[in-house]
Amino acid sequence: MDISFKAILIQGMLGLNNGAFYAMLSLGLAVIFGLLNIVNFAHGAFYMLGAFAALIGLTQLGGWIGMPDLQINFWWALLLAPLFVGLLGVLVDRTMLKRLAGLDHLYGLLLTFGIALVLQGLFTNYYNTAGTPYPGKPEMLDGVVNLGFMFFPKYRLFALVFSLLVCLLTWYLIERTKLGAILRAGTENPDLVQALGINVPLLITLTYGFGVGLAALAGVLAAPIYSVSPLMGAELIIVVFAVVVIGGMGSIMGAIVTGLGLGMIEGITKVVYPPASSTVVFIIMAIVLLVRPAGLFGRE
Amino acid sequence: MNRWLWIILIALGLVAPYVLYPVFVMKLLCFALFACAFNLLLGYTGLLSFGHAAFFGAAAYAAGHSIKVWGFPTELGILTGTLVACLLGVVFGKLAIRRQGIYFAMVTLALAQIVYFVALKSSFTGGEDGLQGVPRGRLLGFIDLNDSLNMYYFVLAIFLFGFWLIARIVDSPFGQVLKAIRENEPRALSLGYDVSRFKLIAFVLSATLSGLAGATKAVVFQFASLTDVNWATSGEVVLMTLVGGVGTITGPMVGAFTVVSLHSRLSWMGSWVTVIVGITFIVCVLVFRRGIVGELQELLRRLRGRPTRARPAAAAQPQATKREA
Repeated sequence: MDISFKAILIQGMLGLNNGAFYAMLSLGLAVIFGLLNIVNFAHGAFYMLGAFAALIGLTQLGGWIGMPDLQINFWWALLLAPLFVGLLGVLVDRTMLKRLAGLDHLYGLLLTFGIALVLQGLFTNYYNTAGTPYPGKPEMLDGVVNLGFMFFPKYRLFALVFSLLVCLLTWYLIERTKLGAILRAGTENPDLVQALGINVPLLITLTYGFGVGLAALAGVLAAPIYSVSPLMGAELIIVVFAVVVIGGMGSIMGAIVTGLGLGMIEGITKVVYPPASSTVVFIIMAIVLLVRPAGLFGRE
Repeated sequence: MNRWLWIILIALGLVAPYVLYPVFVMKLLCFALFACAFNLLLGYTGLLSFGHAAFFGAAAYAAGHSIKVWGFPTELGILTGTLVACLLGVVFGKLAIRRQGIYFAMVTLALAQIVYFVALKSSFTGGEDGLQGVPRGRLLGFIDLNDSLNMYYFVLAIFLFGFWLIARIVDSPFGQVLKAIRENEPRALSLGYDVSRFKLIAFVLSATLSGLAGATKAVVFQFASLTDVNWATSGEVVLMTLVGGVGTITGPMVGAFTVVSLHSRLSWMGSWVTVIVGITFIVCVLVFRRGIVGELQELLRRLRGRPTRARPAAAAQPQATKREA
């Protein structure tokens, strides 16, 4: 075989970028599922929305509101887009998801699937499905860095480190703080937590907002790497579902590790056997189901 | 099963091609069979598969390829497609039933994506162009299927056979066990039923009949394309079942007619159709969970003064509520 070790290393590193996005998305899915009992099919759509919020904020928003000079740059988008999408999530939860309390799981999946279709359809009407490049990559992140064994694009390194930090911060928030303790207690026994005087419905709504905000943040980070397209979320969410099945939704750290690992494997597959690169995650899922049906970090 | 229903169904089927465009009615029948097969799993076993397009599409490709390239007679080609869907159903089913509840939907969706990528990358499927120019051929060697009425009655026969089989399965003792599993899986297990085996058989039957629908579709339209295996098609069949009424025998058929007609009426709207489909999903889940047929049954029941069913069939499992605020 004429595949150099270096090529594998490079693709593995590039794959880590994707892996970090998988981790952020599956993290949000796991947190939402824990408290709402809903598998959020719209997660990919909110990721797409985050990327579009960054793109529109930079290129179009000023024109719409009559201030052509207004441009929301990348750094502001990193803050504002998740906030905006999170608020939208709060709205979605309060108007729709709330009404599913007590129904079978599958209705949550179907409802959020509908939401995903609406968002995706709306953007398909106004934007090219082939994708629009995001022109606002900060200048200081242009170029490459020498990592010793390879040259790595600065922006990708930034996105990787940033998303890892967000993942670890989320882990800390949930596993090590008081708020996280309440959240975990709410997952185990909401009635009891409510009886202790905590506003569980509010907690649930904010959790949903936080989860989809995380997806939007991943979307903003992805915008300068991939082109922004209405379908970018739909393709991603199915892979993320497979990641969730492999990792199991029980453990936060499990979700992070699984996401990163699979992103890397996917990248390496691009060098070793290119035709399988888009299916390798699903094949691994099938193998995991055979060997460890509950998932790598799952408890059923 | 109600005899009058059969008489009406057959009468409508016989007259339809003289009232409506035959190809359109054939499309309706293919999707109606697909939705009925899907409902066998969702409505009567309580399992939500989000990957049924894999069976529909794989069968369409297999039927198209065997007829066009290997020169199989039409009926054998359709059988080949159905068989492929059946085998795929065994593999997917064995994997998917290892996980319960909501994971089941995610697993089936992910597995179906493998089929999609194989169809996209392989050479025999024609990739993005799809498999085109499948000849309709002659049925039993002498009935020319290029004549649209001949083709129509052949499709009608396939549909009625499939629908009869599903109705028969649902009414059989086997079907009763499936319903028991849907209502209360632990209880069915404790009564000594091998729940996994029943689920697998239901899954394979549903996959096989979905394949029959897909293979027939490939012959009617003379092509198989990536749309047939796409996740959007999996979503579409869920919608048809939901609109018509989950867990009712005629619901999916009514739903399929509604959704297919909606698509053909609104085709001028481009991608706004996706938005409308999405809104339909949301409305159905929030306020219309019984579906058209389910609501009608409920109305009849109320008119006769019988007690109402508290919740639609698929939502029968009680579970802890997290917010009754």
